[in-house]
Amino acid sequence: MIAAVILVSGAWPWYVAGPAIGLFVPALLIVGNAVFGVSSCLRHMCAAVVPSKAEYFRYDWKKTGLWNLLFVLGILAGGFLASHFGGAQNVAISEATRLSLAKLGIHDFSGLAPRELFHWSALATLQGFILIVGGGFLVGFGTAYAGGCTSGHAISGMADLQFPSLIATAGFFAGGLIATYFLLPLLL
Amino acid sequence: MINEANRAPASPTQAPWALLAYLLLGVAFGVVLTKSEVLSWFRIQEMFRFQSPRMYEIIVSAIVVAAISVQLIKRWGAKSISGEPIDVPRKALGRGIRYAAGGIIFGLGWAFTGACPGPLFALVGNGITVMAVAILAALAGTWLYGVLRPRLPH
Repeated sequence: MIAAVILVSGAWPWYVAGPAIGLFVPALLIVGNAVFGVSSCLRHMCAAVVPSKAEYFRYDWKKTGLWNLLFVLGILAGGFLASHFGGAQNVAISEATRLSLAKLGIHDFSGLAPRELFHWSALATLQGFILIVGGGFLVGFGTAYAGGCTSGHAISGMADLQFPSLIATAGFFAGGLIATYFLLPLLL
Repeated sequence: MINEANRAPASPTQAPWALLAYLLLGVAFGVVLTKSEVLSWFRIQEMFRFQSPRMYEIIVSAIVVAAISVQLIKRWGAKSISGEPIDVPRKALGRGIRYAAGGIIFGLGWAFTGACPGPLFALVGNGITVMAVAILAALAGTWLYGVLRPRLPH
């Protein structure tokens, strides 16, 4: 019943969304001492399937990573449930953002991401290829180098007042601002 | 110098019931990522352009709730369900280069794809299936890091 209400609800206000995200940190710790973080699943998948002599991938991925792989599988299923029962979602971004993005040539604001750029047919275009393949590559390289992503550093690490996570989070925003103000205008 | 990433990751409880709990928590997190719209390329652009406080309100309130929870867990000496003491491992600072450089590289990718790793998986679930290609590219990125790791400054 509650689950059904949650699924059909529209976009949540920030004061529901933010605390809901934060609660995954204690929930995972209490279940089994698991530290909330998503990107280590990439390392586990590499360790599991890609043969490599690199020391970074030589550990028992099942013992340390099975929990994380299941968590990520759940995320995929949760996204499916939310879209399947919640209906198509249009994101009510600000008028200022619409104007800024229109200047970059984006006119379709339906769905969660611009259809012109995030669709299979877009892979054949230079813009789509760079955003999807290039962007994905940078996410995977960067998160492994930094030792965590937005969940592991910006939420878990910051919540535990860890200085390295503050540096990483500042880096996330620095990179995002560089891409937004310098690279995307060149690319789009 | 002890480099924490040289060690294998810590091992959480992986009893069958716990594995089921992680899966279900993942499902819940996928729903939350979708309902909060933090997986939307449009929202990420709005955030980096400082055109709405929404993403900042979400991130800050998430950190505050998580921080209070972790403090309470530490103060009470709370144990996990299987009875082990809860401990959040410290990240070694070292020279700090990895956090700054890796962070910036990650940030570029975050703005390009409009998604960090959790949202990439949630987007595939949401039917934006081309994001599976972004996940494969992210695996390639992580793999290259693993190979280049001995030669990179940390």
